[in-house]
Amino acid sequence: MKVGVVTFPGTLDDRDAARAVRFAGGQAISLWHGDADLHGVDAVILPGGFSYGDYLRCGAISRFAPVMQSIIKRANEGMPLLGICNGFQVLCEAHLLPGALTRNHELHFLCRDQKISIENTTSAWTTAYSQGQEIVIPLKNGEGSFQCDDQTLAVLEKEGRIIARYVGENPNGSRNLIAGITNERGNVVGLMPHPEHAIDTLTGPTADGLGFFTSLLHSMVGK
Amino acid sequence: MAKIVVDVMLKPEILDPQGTAVGAALPRLGFTFAKSVRQGKRFEIEIDGEPTAEQLAQVEKAAETLLANPVIETFTVGVEK
Repeated sequence: MKVGVVTFPGTLDDRDAARAVRFAGGQAISLWHGDADLHGVDAVILPGGFSYGDYLRCGAISRFAPVMQSIIKRANEGMPLLGICNGFQVLCEAHLLPGALTRNHELHFLCRDQKISIENTTSAWTTAYSQGQEIVIPLKNGEGSFQCDDQTLAVLEKEGRIIARYVGENPNGSRNLIAGITNERGNVVGLMPHPEHAIDTLTGPTADGLGFFTSLLHSMVGK
Repeated sequence: MAKIVVDVMLKPEILDPQGTAVGAALPRLGFTFAKSVRQGKRFEIEIDGEPTAEQLAQVEKAAETLLANPVIETFTVGVEK
């Protein structure tokens, strides 16, 4: 099971994402933003960071990178794709997911361990969790406020496409406390908090995030 | 030489924390005129000669594709001498 992890100029969390893939039992393959070849991977992770320095808008320039053209095509064919933090922003800019991530409502960059509840356990990345399960993983972003129009929000709610919600006070102003969403098919997931930083208690606050990566491996084995 | 200007603003319904922060800072400095403040982006694009209708159409397309995110932003295209 080969999982590609993309590095853009300014990506920070590619090594942790690759480690999480290996921890879950998969093989991590490094993908370079300038190379459109996906090297035979079965799934892709867009990790967090500040690709292209967040110039223009977060993810706005990365979304046109050569590697993204191949990823967009494969994702539309059903390939599992997870965007974490900056990766989530790239997915919205690429129109693989609806809405956009905007400046946190109180303007501060947040970095803390965040409780979220898993609301969708059928996507390619969340089958290891139970409905409503509360987990704690790091949240670290400046532009994590999920925004979309009322109609899109209603569709996301009605179709069960909210992957996770923040528990407690709204950290960044996201509509309906949204921490992550999925597409109609359930193969593309965008998540603002970072499961790859919480895969074992030696290096993270919990091991709660590992489920995203084991979910992927299980969903692929079943096919 | 002419300058094509693209102004990008967040849609009115999208929260603008930066504009709000600027709006809150103004009265602290004694500037009490502002009812509200919204912050946007301005792109100045230099071209040789006068812009043709085709060039302006291309700029529209570029604004819609890259300079603005139509999900959260609106834009206007203008020409300055």
